[in-house]
Amino acid sequence: MSDKDKTTSVDRFDEAEALPTQKSRRKEFVQKFMKRKTAVISLIFIVLLLLAAIFGSYMAPYDVDQADYNNLLQGPSAQHIWGTDEFGRDIFSRLLVGTRLSLASALSATIAGTVLGIVLGLIAGYYGGWIDSLIMRACDVLFSFPDILLAIAIVAVLGPGITNVIIAVAVFTVPSFARIIRGATITVKESLYVEVARSIGCKNWRILWVHVFPGTVQSVIVNFTMRVGTAILAASSLSFLGFGANVTQPDWGAMLSQGRNYLNTAPHIVLFPGILIFVTVLAFNLLGDGLRDTLDPRMN
Amino acid sequence: MAERLLDVKNLRTEFQRDKSWVTAVNEVSFHIDRGEIVGLVGESGCGKSVTSLSVMRLLPPKTSRISEGKVLFHGKDILKDNKKEMKKIRGREISMIFQEPMNSLNPCMRISKQIIEAILLHNDISKGEAHRRAFDVLKSVGIPDPEMTLNSYPHQLSGGMCQRVMIAMAMSCEPELLIADEPTTALDVTIQAQILELMEGIKEKRNTGILMITHDLGVVAEMCSRIIVMYAGRIVEEAPVKELFASPKHPYTQGLIESVPKLGSDVSSLPFIPGSVPDLASMPKGCKFAPRCKYAMDICRQKEPDLTPVYGSGNRRCRCVLHDGDKGDKKEEVKV
Repeated sequence: MSDKDKTTSVDRFDEAEALPTQKSRRKEFVQKFMKRKTAVISLIFIVLLLLAAIFGSYMAPYDVDQADYNNLLQGPSAQHIWGTDEFGRDIFSRLLVGTRLSLASALSATIAGTVLGIVLGLIAGYYGGWIDSLIMRACDVLFSFPDILLAIAIVAVLGPGITNVIIAVAVFTVPSFARIIRGATITVKESLYVEVARSIGCKNWRILWVHVFPGTVQSVIVNFTMRVGTAILAASSLSFLGFGANVTQPDWGAMLSQGRNYLNTAPHIVLFPGILIFVTVLAFNLLGDGLRDTLDPRMN
Repeated sequence: MAERLLDVKNLRTEFQRDKSWVTAVNEVSFHIDRGEIVGLVGESGCGKSVTSLSVMRLLPPKTSRISEGKVLFHGKDILKDNKKEMKKIRGREISMIFQEPMNSLNPCMRISKQIIEAILLHNDISKGEAHRRAFDVLKSVGIPDPEMTLNSYPHQLSGGMCQRVMIAMAMSCEPELLIADEPTTALDVTIQAQILELMEGIKEKRNTGILMITHDLGVVAEMCSRIIVMYAGRIVEEAPVKELFASPKHPYTQGLIESVPKLGSDVSSLPFIPGSVPDLASMPKGCKFAPRCKYAMDICRQKEPDLTPVYGSGNRRCRCVLHDGDKGDKKEEVKV
């Protein structure tokens, strides 16, 4: 007996030595991510935007609806750092407050589209067969329209308004997610650990949710950040075209739309919303890029 | 006589290829008793894994089918069970260990979650209780620091450790039958020995029946009490391990054993079996091994021999005209 104990203790020592040093995955991820400067800067910018979305209405120097007929179409000045619009309203304040509406509509649309896309993609990839064909052909149909045209068509059917813009943007987010997740699901479902899960008696939905889905999360995160950019652009475009937010509401796209009437006399009205939309979309794309590079083990 | 655990009778599994069905496994019958390790050997593509997956009913449902036969587990045909009943059997009564331990574990989940999942699937106990059981079962497979291992992700463990974890997971619900599909193929030799020892220990302790699928004759020689040799989807020979190595009957088994390198033997080239396993879709007409067999006769190419008891030994079976039990006397005259 004592002999046996001795051998096990020797075994124990060897195996403990053989273990690779444990390094927290999260720590490793943060370290890698920090090396990508553009992604870090984008992340900081996005965090600032989110803060603006939450606290913007308290921080705005002027009331967004307050007209000031003494200061119509004023260029940037010390008083109004980004100038005023055709009613003398402070553009900086309106953009700051408008962050909430623009981001909220884009984010909620992307989230809704993502969730639906993930569910459809998982089902299509995992079960295959006719249900796969059905879902993917439906996605192909949606794919065949240019994004913005599809959104316009949907809004044309549903009627204008911010809710319908969200629905429209969500709908065109679905197929790209469904396709990406389907591909990832097909790869993951062939892996041995899914077969192992089956061999221990797991139910299908459990395999899908617990074993297959986490394997696809990486592509979800990356695509999500990219799609948020697209969604902001699309929501702004729809507002610009007059389908989205009410023109009186402080929304980036709506401001751009209103400002275009004064493009010759006061270009700053469109300049600042335009720059803001551009930079925001860029930030989301760069963040997505950075995340992809960080999450992909092949890129070091 | 030991209790009969698994009894596979006349199993035939087919796969779909270009809208027609090709037979991958045919007329496979064997049994496993409680506390017995049975080896299933044969070269790649001979139907070993398909046989085990058929028993577990884990083959892809749309492109494969079990068209004939019975799989009796405790005397009950599990091929007739519905999906729900089958899910209860998997993991709880019959467990499986796979070839590549590193890929058998979900890379996104901690070990603890995976073992606890297996336990909770089949036991109505609390998570804390399941955690304790996971700890115990990891300890029982010789993992030095179960708590740390439980908190690890698979990529933090070595191959041998992963296979231990897999075995722990397979054993967590104390199944009566363990199917090990090449459990040591992907491991290096010292770890192989440890894993084999561990499995032997499990058999001793829990009286588990083990089906050891492998192409490594060394492993079966060491572990198994009985060996089943498969070729081209059929069992060609079945014998107790000592008898099989002492006097292999089927020409294919003879070839297999001859082609294993032996320490100390001073041969410049290893004997091998010419040719390769026939394609499933275009099997030869008679004996499937005839094209590669050095004893092949006309009769071999016309009619496939049955798996019959070998003349003079009660517990051996062989699928070869040379050893057809009924013509035991003929054997000597042909073999000259």
